[in-house]
Amino acid sequence: MEFFRIRKDIPFMKHALVFNAISFITFALAVFFLLTRGLHLSVEFTGGTVMEVAYSQPAELAKVRETVASLGYADVQVQNFGTARDVMIRLPVQKGVTSAQQSEQVIAALKAGDPAVTLRRTEFVGPQVGEELVHGGLMALAMVVVGIVVYLAFRFEWKFGVAAIIANLHDVVIILGFFAFFQWEFSLSVLAAVLAVLGYSVNESVVIFDRIREAFRKYRKMNTHEVIDHAITSTMSRTIITHASTEAMVLSMFFFGGPSLHNFALALTIGILFGIYSSVFVAAAIAMWLGVKREDLVKVARKDEDPNDPNAGAAV
Amino acid sequence: MNRYPVWKYAILVIVLLVGALYTLPNFFGEAPAVQVSSAKATVKVDAAVLQRVEEVLKTAGVTPDLVSLDGGSVRARLDTPDNQLKARDAIQKALVPDPANPSYIVALNLVSRSPAWLTALHARPMYLGLDLRGGVHFMLQVDMQAALTKKAESYAGDIRTALRDKNIRHGGISRDGQTIDIKVRDEATQTATRNLIADQFADLQTTSQPEGSEFRLRATIKPEATRRVQEQALKQNIVTLHNRINELGVAEPVIQQQGLDRIVVQLPGVQGTAKAKDILGRTATLEVRLVDEGTEARSAEGGRGPVPFGSERYLERSGQPVIVKKQVILTGENLTDAQPGFDGQTQEPTVNLTLDAKGSRIFRDITRENIGKRMAIVLFEKGKGEVVTAPVIRSEIGGGRVQISGRMTTAEANDTALLLRAGSLAAPMEIIEEFTIGPSLGADNIERGIHSVVWGMVAVAAFMCVYYRLFGVFSTLALSVNVLLLLAILSMLQATLTLPGIAAMALALGVAIDSNVLINERIREELRDGMSPQAAIHAGYERAWATILDSNVTTLVVGLALLAFGSGPVRGFAVVHTIGILTSMFSAVFFSRGVVNLWYGRQKKLKSVSIGQVWKPDAGTAVAKTN
Repeated sequence: MEFFRIRKDIPFMKHALVFNAISFITFALAVFFLLTRGLHLSVEFTGGTVMEVAYSQPAELAKVRETVASLGYADVQVQNFGTARDVMIRLPVQKGVTSAQQSEQVIAALKAGDPAVTLRRTEFVGPQVGEELVHGGLMALAMVVVGIVVYLAFRFEWKFGVAAIIANLHDVVIILGFFAFFQWEFSLSVLAAVLAVLGYSVNESVVIFDRIREAFRKYRKMNTHEVIDHAITSTMSRTIITHASTEAMVLSMFFFGGPSLHNFALALTIGILFGIYSSVFVAAAIAMWLGVKREDLVKVARKDEDPNDPNAGAAV
Repeated sequence: MNRYPVWKYAILVIVLLVGALYTLPNFFGEAPAVQVSSAKATVKVDAAVLQRVEEVLKTAGVTPDLVSLDGGSVRARLDTPDNQLKARDAIQKALVPDPANPSYIVALNLVSRSPAWLTALHARPMYLGLDLRGGVHFMLQVDMQAALTKKAESYAGDIRTALRDKNIRHGGISRDGQTIDIKVRDEATQTATRNLIADQFADLQTTSQPEGSEFRLRATIKPEATRRVQEQALKQNIVTLHNRINELGVAEPVIQQQGLDRIVVQLPGVQGTAKAKDILGRTATLEVRLVDEGTEARSAEGGRGPVPFGSERYLERSGQPVIVKKQVILTGENLTDAQPGFDGQTQEPTVNLTLDAKGSRIFRDITRENIGKRMAIVLFEKGKGEVVTAPVIRSEIGGGRVQISGRMTTAEANDTALLLRAGSLAAPMEIIEEFTIGPSLGADNIERGIHSVVWGMVAVAAFMCVYYRLFGVFSTLALSVNVLLLLAILSMLQATLTLPGIAAMALALGVAIDSNVLINERIREELRDGMSPQAAIHAGYERAWATILDSNVTTLVVGLALLAFGSGPVRGFAVVHTIGILTSMFSAVFFSRGVVNLWYGRQKKLKSVSIGQVWKPDAGTAVAKTN
């Protein structure tokens, strides 16, 4: 079986401007939604209490909301979680009341309404922990960015490092934009997914850069345009198959992993889809705009270092 | 060209065998068990206890599958939960005759069903995180400022005593935040005081400034001593938490330091969380002070006047107000033990306290000077004080053994003793993070995690086998080896597997297949360019290697960053992610090449390889090259 029967190199770079425009628009939209709607952060970041309770029959959310509100909590979120019988209740941090008291109060009040309700999970996070997590997350992101640029600059050329990181950071912003637009909950595991996507799509760019370097060496007559087109075309089959395989894994998590892995898988899915696009079309295009040349990658061997030179090693 | 030397195959075989061996314990599942561990520092759990447990079980008519001594605990493995409960009751009855004063903790637990010879090789199953087995997790923040303030307060008292012993007259000692102010009248006294502090209090540094005709000495705790105080405070709190949690009878509690001022407590399998929260939430410190019995204080006690200067008003547990002097005689630090008991003569319930040497000396002096007066034991929880008990001093008490009696029921005596013991926290703590996972959710999470990995793998394997034929089968084999090695390394490290960890495993497999796709595509490409099959295999692996290395290094950068800065679930994810990348390089490149070499390497005149269809654009038509 062979899906990709490509006769000649597809002239992707002719349309580089279009690709860049598309990514710029998506990027701008993502930033716009991030700024206007903001992320729906989980309690891990904001601090507060989350309770997950299970009823024996489908739960009446309005009643649950009323019960919790009657305890004097303002700004309570009550929603279904996974199935109609499972309810997630989110309470904000309250001064002077410990989490233990909070969750016990609530479950006692709910039990009074329906004795069959059981507490599946509670989670309480103090506000100071949230701040640290945000700090830790940003530090991790910074370290990833620096690490990748340094490695790519060392292995290839700084232009590739910069191109890869710009292309892939724009993926990250787009994932965040999706989470802002749909107001999906942004939790620690989503953060892990976002950073994993960053590594994963850089990996994608690396594969193409590798090919670009090889093509520069192999096809001396091609110009930069053609070399990039050739590299993208010849890795296309691999790109699609790999991503499809990874996506199969992610979808399996999405469908079988239950609500805890739901948003994690969602972030990965968006990341993989945009990762293909950005690392293939955007990263290469940026590298082209930055002016990658054959000389950047193919070091011209200096005569006096020629290993075959019989006089080598006799330098005084 | 496509041959591995024997030693490479030897490495492969050894790695696979070791991998299989260490992965094995995870498949035996868990059996109900009863665990006996020590409840007191003086009680050792050893072979004698093991023998006793065996005898007890024999007389109770319960046949355990296995009774083993493991570290500081004896575990009896049983076949059914019913027998587990029966065995627990029997052991509890035999080993803990007095539930009020237990020497052993008898708890229900789950242990691996894996055979003894695997355990002997240190091949143990992975430790399941709380989100997979259910339980409670707390993160406590230790209030270090309070610990330092308390230390300064106790130094102030010590300096006062030392100055009195040396007959140095001072004009008042007071504590201002974490510094101690000493007023002295003249230069000679100032020097004497400074010398005394330098001699006897190595942890303090002093500065002095003239104030009119007098001098004011300010003593502060040195930075290195501050660090030590903080470390000690944290350690003491951990020990205290251990003692408190022992009262709960949890099988495998985790109590660890996190960072400089935090403690993580995990209680797996705990289902009734109310008591755990209660005991942990009781972040208390203990102080012994004298009751102010002046007339002013008497009237204040009755609510008829203001609280006199130098005293404070606290409530007793019954709600009765008590006016207590501010000066602290002893703190929880000096209390080594508190146990409930009975008075030999009156048969009244009592609480028996044991003090350390310093505490005993101070207590003897204080009781001698204050016979007939009352002393109060005040418990501070989050800055709020409560008088636990305020007994009358009947006689001078030496030797550090104190008995508190009167107006108590047995339950109250138990409670007070627990509170006093728990009270020996060096610094108050606050719960800053907490989660509870019900056991059913834990079981669901395991099932969901396994389902995602298995179905994802099946989908990928099916596609690979169809698309790449025999090479797809090799890739699938490599992927399975990756899973095996990943599980083996996690088991060897005794890492804690969490749901994010399982997610990372699924993702690692999804990414690992990339290496094989790269190789297979490369081989096809070389075949398309007209290389001979053997050369194509060789070139395919060689050329794909550079790319695989580059892309894995970048992914590794992410894993390490997450490991360094992540916490909680992110860390669990990062550990598996990072190990997964490393194992994938081994399995996808080294192992799969080994299999390919074994299959094709010996055939000198290899005409074709089974890697699916190799389509050649120049031929115009599809040329199938299959076996």
